[in-house]
Amino acid sequence: MACINAQGELTESAGKILAALDQPATTEAVAERTNLPLFRVRSGLREMREAGLVEAKEDLYLLTERGHSLLPMQPS
Amino acid sequence: MPRLGSPAPSFEAVTTFGKIRLEDFRGGWLVLFSHPADFTPVCTTEFLAFAAIAPELRKRNVELLGLSIDSPTSHIAWVRNIKDKFGIDIPFPIIADSNKEVAMLYGMLMPGESKTETSRCVFVIDPAGIIRAMIYYPLTTGRNTDEIIRVIDALQTTDKYGVATPANWKLGDKVIVPPPSTVEEAEARMKAGFECADWYFCKKTV
Repeated sequence: MACINAQGELTESAGKILAALDQPATTEAVAERTNLPLFRVRSGLREMREAGLVEAKEDLYLLTERGHSLLPMQPS
Repeated sequence: MPRLGSPAPSFEAVTTFGKIRLEDFRGGWLVLFSHPADFTPVCTTEFLAFAAIAPELRKRNVELLGLSIDSPTSHIAWVRNIKDKFGIDIPFPIIADSNKEVAMLYGMLMPGESKTETSRCVFVIDPAGIIRAMIYYPLTTGRNTDEIIRVIDALQTTDKYGVATPANWKLGDKVIVPPPSTVEEAEARMKAGFECADWYFCKKTV
């Protein structure tokens, strides 16, 4: 999936997955929220975990501080 | 070499969607298929055909994964060329198996045909990671994607109802009731209301 491009920005699918982790979620829940196939979510989360953007606690994935920082700013 | 009924060999591979492991598909069906080379005419027709059946396969919880002994750059260029020339997006990843690692694991190279290009192989892998069907076509013959859907339907029907499927079976046709294993079962079979030509050959609707 290559979650971060050469410019250090999130790729589109990685952005979708990170945005779906506003609350801790299982891979299945992320697939449902993003409408991405399960295999893409699994490979994407693995890559983002290696990049330090998400962490896993048992079956749940959650954003790290770095992952949070890469999310687009939410309108207040 | 892969065998029907055995676990599909594990791999991690570079694809057009990034690094993917076989295990990423666990819980769903997978059609892993190889093609000889990017930017070749028969393969291009096949990719258009695989892209066309992708929505039907997805309804059946089946993902597609292509493979050839080409680089990621070549795959990306070819996929973009298909989009440019035919207006079709390729909605599945393609393994760039430059070191032939996955091709060797799955016996996709047929030295009698080519030592450098994978033949047209299809492996149907079930949600538990077991190889359920293997189909091999030569370099010169493009695959029939309707047959791939038919095989998936047959395997899923077998799993759901514990039945077999006859020659040229299609979804909605009658299925074969497994043959009885005892005289008593054979006797009971004839009274069970199946459509029987004889005690060993009964069909039913599912």
